[in-house]
Amino acid sequence: MLTNLQKKLLNDFQRDFPLSLTPYADIAAQLNVTENEVLQALRELNDQKFISRIGAIIPPNQIGVSTLAAISVPENELESVAAQINRFSEVNHNYERENALNLWFVLIATDAAHLNNVIRAIENETGYDVLRFPLEKEFFIDLSFQLDLTNV
Amino acid sequence: MFDVINQQLLAHVAEGLPICSRPYAVIGERLNISETDVIKRLKHLQASGIIKRFGVIVKHAVLGYRANAMCVWHVPEEKIDEIAQYLLEFPFVTLCYQRPMLPEWHYNLYCMIHGKDKSTVLAQLARINSRPQMQTFPHQVLFSRRCFKQRGAIYNLN
Repeated sequence: MLTNLQKKLLNDFQRDFPLSLTPYADIAAQLNVTENEVLQALRELNDQKFISRIGAIIPPNQIGVSTLAAISVPENELESVAAQINRFSEVNHNYERENALNLWFVLIATDAAHLNNVIRAIENETGYDVLRFPLEKEFFIDLSFQLDLTNV
Repeated sequence: MFDVINQQLLAHVAEGLPICSRPYAVIGERLNISETDVIKRLKHLQASGIIKRFGVIVKHAVLGYRANAMCVWHVPEEKIDEIAQYLLEFPFVTLCYQRPMLPEWHYNLYCMIHGKDKSTVLAQLARINSRPQMQTFPHQVLFSRRCFKQRGAIYNLN
């Protein structure tokens, strides 16, 4: 069960996290609790994997070159192929999706040549063609949204 | 402006801000710069749009948001902007991108919808598709099954 403090931490600090010397103490002051309570609550959320991290969202292609990519893999090979792909540190998301084109992943590399090399290496290792869907235009990026935590 | 230190700073922040009293001091020590320099640089990276959002990154699936659908349409080039703006009016649409079409994949407009379960997401999608024009575009919905990897980008420091 999440405490009220944890719910507030999850919902109200997805953006504009304090850039101050003591960010957690500043949050605590805002919520009328102690710094230790905030640290403890966040450590629990982290340990229980409710949060992936406190960090930065950087739009695609701001730094380096990235692309969405997909391959079509027979069901019985999916796990092993996904594991092969995940071994590349350039891969940061990798999802199975309900489609004939069933494995979708995101790659980020320092430059176009590096990206090409990684994709070629993935094709060689897995034996499957990689389709590339680089971003052409971004209309929006904001992964923060109001969570309904009533039943959590 | 975008120097090696900033690149290293982003790499460290991508791993996650330490959960301790003076997190920016910890990062500063790793990079051999001062705590105030870390803060100044992060403010600048945020103001210049390189950091779009800085804060708690929640794992939606763990919080009961188990359904995530990538929705794709084939929209004629000249209508893409208009349709993208229409999609963004819906609060449950979190991402919207134009991507190239391939012979094997004839879709160019993508959006993501996160919801508690599949039926909620399908109901949300039905609202999007209630505009008659939307039904004229070829369309697919790709719900996620297994997540094999999800983490912040690792920026190669070389």
